[in-house]
Amino acid sequence: MDYARSDRDSSGARLPLALKILIAGGFGAGKTTLVGALSEVRPLQTEEVLTGAGIGTDDLSGVEGKSTTTVAMDFGRITINEDLQVYLFGTPGQDRFWFLWDELAFGALGAVVLADTRRLADCFPSIDYFEQRGIPFVVGVNCFDGSRRFGIESVRQALDIDPDVPMVLCDARDRQSAKLLLISLVEHVARQRGEPVPVA
Amino acid sequence: MRAEPPGAQPEWLDGAAGPVVRPYTLTGGRVRPAVDGFDLVAFVLTRADADPSGRPGLQPEHRRLVELARRPAAVADLAADLDLAVGVVRVLLGDLLARGLVSVHEPPAAGLPDNDILKAVVNGLRAL
Repeated sequence: MDYARSDRDSSGARLPLALKILIAGGFGAGKTTLVGALSEVRPLQTEEVLTGAGIGTDDLSGVEGKSTTTVAMDFGRITINEDLQVYLFGTPGQDRFWFLWDELAFGALGAVVLADTRRLADCFPSIDYFEQRGIPFVVGVNCFDGSRRFGIESVRQALDIDPDVPMVLCDARDRQSAKLLLISLVEHVARQRGEPVPVA
Repeated sequence: MRAEPPGAQPEWLDGAAGPVVRPYTLTGGRVRPAVDGFDLVAFVLTRADADPSGRPGLQPEHRRLVELARRPAAVADLAADLDLAVGVVRVLLGDLLARGLVSVHEPPAAGLPDNDILKAVVNGLRAL
């Protein structure tokens, strides 16, 4: 298939298109597991300079006293075909890494928010984040062994989510289940745009 | 202690520098690339005529990036391949870009991919 947005560089080399999907949710909600069910998980190191000195300028005379913290995120790549790659990025869990979210979310196709019914409140910040920025998302209610099973509608009510937002019961360990979660996101994105839902 | 300009002096990389700026020793202390950009899913491609040999000021990591990007490689993949922080890789890529050794292709900024692409993603996921 030839995509309108397939890019070629000046030498004629063909460049794939990469789509970004964020995998969010509270700590221990199964983000890494979900990425791993769909692709090889690779750690991505990011880091942030912690002190204010020198930030926002290119003058680096103030390196003394500057310290960095390394934040590890997980990511995975799904090759759809030679022209199309889907990158999954697990968002860092702690609030103090919100600055990384903005970069991850830039240009993202959408997000999967994993909810753990034992700690439902943990996914509130993720939901707020995507709602406020108008980034399409679906909620995957991860059913761990022994986790309390709630009806999907009671979870929706508890999360106070728009009725249009798909909620899917899932098992983040299971490839099939993880696939359906991503498919529901892509279909949701298409629907939001007012185009017909892609049919296989 | 002062940061040296790009092309760091060896004595700068002593034990005393230690972990304070550890991730950025490779970049001579530079924490921002010369140009903005380098999205995590931007593709880097080494120019066909790129020959990093004999280029002064290039570190082994620069050369590895040039080799890895002989085929289009996303910034996130390059960082994972080199086991380096993304910020460090961005600075190194900025150096390569400035020397004309690589080209960088940012993802399309405007809007969502068209329906054909979404359809291909759904089909591709189903076929996984």
